[in-house]
Amino acid sequence: MESIPYEHGLILASILFSLGLIGVLTRRNIVFVLMSLEIMLNASGLAFIVAAARWGHAEGQIMFLMILTLAAAEVAVGLGLIIQMYRRFQTVDINVLSEMKG
Amino acid sequence: MITLFYLAGAIAIISTVAVIVQTNIVHALIYLILSLLAVAVIFYVLGAPFAAMLEAIVYAGAIMVLFLFVIMMLNLGQHTIDQERSWLSLRGWIAPTIMAGLLLTNFLYVMDGIDHGVEPTRVGVLEVSVLLFGPYVLAVELASILLLAGLVAAYHLAKKRD
Repeated sequence: MESIPYEHGLILASILFSLGLIGVLTRRNIVFVLMSLEIMLNASGLAFIVAAARWGHAEGQIMFLMILTLAAAEVAVGLGLIIQMYRRFQTVDINVLSEMKG
Repeated sequence: MITLFYLAGAIAIISTVAVIVQTNIVHALIYLILSLLAVAVIFYVLGAPFAAMLEAIVYAGAIMVLFLFVIMMLNLGQHTIDQERSWLSLRGWIAPTIMAGLLLTNFLYVMDGIDHGVEPTRVGVLEVSVLLFGPYVLAVELASILLLAGLVAAYHLAKKRD
């Protein structure tokens, strides 16, 4: 088995993280924002797995499991909020929610 | 193995780009599933079969089904695609892309001095499980409490009020 350059995995994780950041900053649809947050969480999980493979430890995979749990809980709460927002404002535009600025 | 790694990496990057520029929300979700599956392949190549399975089952399976369910509930039709197209102006992309590019440059700069990789050692289900239910059992309990809190919060937030 050929060895995989360690930093290439980390570079892939950073590229995915940056793409997710672009999505969070650019989109106005809140469902897309939540999806971009998922991309960012997944990229950080990938970084943990790459580090676990580099040092041959299982701890990185355990951290990935924690990130997975966090992502599942976050998505459940976020989607509940989206449903409530759609019921109240009939839209998925996050700019509508800026009415609290005074 | 190394070809598979680069192939899956390219697929992950391309489909992630497709997610953030897509106007049809269901198509974006399918691209996101493709991206997550490609990342699962990368996990497998890196010697983490347990994480790869969980990525495919929990991320690409359960979480994405949750997204699909909510999108179906919101019932976003053709008018939202047009609306989405009008929201995505070219000008709005410039500043976020520059900022994310700066962040990426920072990442690459930090990673410049890292030594080259060794062969990925295969860490199977047994090693992970022994650690999970040994020294990290408190973390597992806390994760289950977090999931329970997420369940209660999602039920409470999505409840219909009169």
